[in-house]
Amino acid sequence: MSEQPVTYSASAEVGAVRKRRSRLERIGLLLKSAPATAWFGMIVVFFYICVAIFADLLAPYGEAEIHAAAFAPWGDEFFFGTDQIGRDVLTRLIYGARNTMGIALATTILSFLIGGGLGLVAAINRRWLDQALSRFVDVLMAIPSLIFALMLLSIFGSTITSLIIIIAVLDSTRVFRLTRAVAVNVAVMDYVEAAKLRGEGLGWIMRREILPNIMPPLVAEFGLRFCFVFLTIAALSFLGVGIQPPTADWGSMVRANASLIQFAKYDMTAAITPLLPAAAIALLTVAVNFIVDWFLHKTSGLRE
Amino acid sequence: MTDTTQSSPDFSNDILLKMRDIRIDGYSDEQWHPIIKGVDVTLRRGEIMGLIGESGAGKSTLGKAAMGYTQPGCKLTSGSILFDGVDLAKASDRDKRMLWGTRIAYVAQSAAASFNPAHRLIDQTVEAATRRGIRPDADSRTDAVELYRALQLPDPEIIGNRYPHQVSGGQLQRVMTAMAMSPRPDLIIFDEPTTALDVTTQVEVLASMRNIVEEFNTAAIYITHDLAVVAQMADFIQVLRYGEEVEAAPTRQMLTKPEMPYTKSLWSVRALEKPEVKGEDIVLSIDNIDAAYGPQQVLFDVSIKLPRGRTVAVVGESGSGKSTTARVITGLLPPLGGTVTFNGEVLPAALKDRSKEQLQQIQMIYQMADTAMNPRQTVEEIIGRPLEFYMGLKGKQREERILELLDMIELDESFMDRLPSELSGGQKQRICIARALAARPDIIICDEVTSALDQIVQEGILQLLLRLQKKYDITYLFITHDIATVKAISDEIVVMLEGKVVEQGLKSEILSPPYPDYTKLLLSSVPDMDPDWLTNFLEQRSD
Repeated sequence: MSEQPVTYSASAEVGAVRKRRSRLERIGLLLKSAPATAWFGMIVVFFYICVAIFADLLAPYGEAEIHAAAFAPWGDEFFFGTDQIGRDVLTRLIYGARNTMGIALATTILSFLIGGGLGLVAAINRRWLDQALSRFVDVLMAIPSLIFALMLLSIFGSTITSLIIIIAVLDSTRVFRLTRAVAVNVAVMDYVEAAKLRGEGLGWIMRREILPNIMPPLVAEFGLRFCFVFLTIAALSFLGVGIQPPTADWGSMVRANASLIQFAKYDMTAAITPLLPAAAIALLTVAVNFIVDWFLHKTSGLRE
Repeated sequence: MTDTTQSSPDFSNDILLKMRDIRIDGYSDEQWHPIIKGVDVTLRRGEIMGLIGESGAGKSTLGKAAMGYTQPGCKLTSGSILFDGVDLAKASDRDKRMLWGTRIAYVAQSAAASFNPAHRLIDQTVEAATRRGIRPDADSRTDAVELYRALQLPDPEIIGNRYPHQVSGGQLQRVMTAMAMSPRPDLIIFDEPTTALDVTTQVEVLASMRNIVEEFNTAAIYITHDLAVVAQMADFIQVLRYGEEVEAAPTRQMLTKPEMPYTKSLWSVRALEKPEVKGEDIVLSIDNIDAAYGPQQVLFDVSIKLPRGRTVAVVGESGSGKSTTARVITGLLPPLGGTVTFNGEVLPAALKDRSKEQLQQIQMIYQMADTAMNPRQTVEEIIGRPLEFYMGLKGKQREERILELLDMIELDESFMDRLPSELSGGQKQRICIARALAARPDIIICDEVTSALDQIVQEGILQLLLRLQKKYDITYLFITHDIATVKAISDEIVVMLEGKVVEQGLKSEILSPPYPDYTKLLLSSVPDMDPDWLTNFLEQRSD
């Protein structure tokens, strides 16, 4: 006790006093503490992104290039063989990364912009605007989304743009509900009141005061929604209104080559071919969720 | 005492708890730090021990260790915890769970957070006794009603059927004591049970806790930072600082003859008193304010004047309309009638109609510094934002001004990139003060700014506020329910009750007789450092 100062000192109140850190140091510390699963996720996602960006350089053939041999076996010429009309499977997989991930990412981001933005506005406003938005969302959610999507797609046509917008709008209802629910809790905190007292506008309060504090559930939802969008697109493709040929997409690739599975007893590699795009989706899903888990662990302050 | 099933076979030994050389480490910032550095505790049956110290002294950690429990992120590195002959430091989780809730009970600081809001109070009160099979459920329920009665809860027969949100904070704290008493434990650990309560409620809770602990001859560890409270409760007091024992002695001896300089400094905190100065130049006045939340009117014809450079303390219990008055002044709650006049001009009633300059002049500091700061913003962003927003400072200028402000509140550059979660309670409140100062306001409204803090930290904050007032001629509207704080900081006092101003005037006038009834109750409910105070107070009241 003798070495401790008897007088009170404000900066010595917390036992651990540490140096000021720069932003770079903080990012370094964050990465150093990442667990193996998060590293796995980051490496896989990085790999996918590289493949998507450099698809033109990596793919051995053109996206829609048709070769003479349909259902060609795996080999030197066609690494994973060819599909039912003679397109190189490896090439389609590589371009599929760009198309599927691009569309799914664009859709998810758009749905979060719409749903998240309106949800935050509703949570801050809490009066007629909240009522109007919430009831409108209730109406949208009351209609089965797949049937609604089919209807809208047949009205607006199955272009990639309308596909993205329609799925994003339908998905945003769920994001809206989540965002509003979590943001309402934050919007009543003293620091939001302090920001209002300072005279801050709606935009600042939304982006800087509330959004950072509701990130954990939103990010978790993002990881989940991202995977669901894959499935929705694949389902729509199956019904013939999704991504239109010749654009390569993992969902429709699974369906197109699904019949090959029955040849498993003659040629193992042939049976694996339809599973390749499925595995690509699965790996990405797992990787994204590993990263999301790590982020959640970091931000929610959970300890074991 | 109907409980015979679990009492120890060894009756000869009346030492209940014996903790030797307890060392506990906590994990933070990627490394282990010692929190408790070798403390001994001995507690006999039926004895009440007071454990005091400032926050971070390790008193809660030590209290929990008495149950053989360490929080997540903490570990017991050495020492023995002999509870009735069983070493809890070595006992298995299963054995400890059998003791917890039945032979050792814990009463937490925040009763509201400790009850399950989905179950009725009585179901939660009897849960431990019923589940461990101490006695049949029906008996436990009858017993619970008796406990409610002993704790002087209103309508003891029916209060148990309510849900936690249907009773007040003070009642909930007493129900929690009943819950702890229900299995007739040998040891109860009270962890700051009255800190969150009003003075007038605190007295009731203290009295009923003391009675019931005495009645059943239960040993207790009473953890608090409030010396006057511990003086009423404890047989002997142990003072902790930085995880080490500073001093331990029977209560009377400790109060009259503290030996260590640190203990003496704790005792002298309450002596802080500001000489009052009468102010003439009225900077802000509110006149005839009526205000309501929805249909319920909460303010009735409230008028208050703030002289420039002075402190006006608004006193009253919770629900008296103190904070509502602050909300009217800031514009968060437009009043039904009446005006707020600042520097001779009438302010618009609603926040959104006020100009940036008007907003800048009135700043606010909140009670809970935790919730008043965005947990995702660093200190630099928190203090820097008003600088950008009101003064348009950027880059180097902004940084220099932030450092200047940090210097004013006695913190340094190393705090710039910390998040609120990396600060102690007092430091957080200092950052909030800096945020208010950053706007260079004329008036700062302080809403119970010290009530969530330890006494020694409180004193630091109050002295800081006084120094800043002298230097920058700031006017404070100081909302509080603590009379000691009022003495320390105010020039003028406004006493409020049920939305009305009961009394208003200079400190010396208000704090000297004759008092109106309510002021008298408020003043007399504040515990003194005298261990007989509670007994005398209760006797006087029953006369």
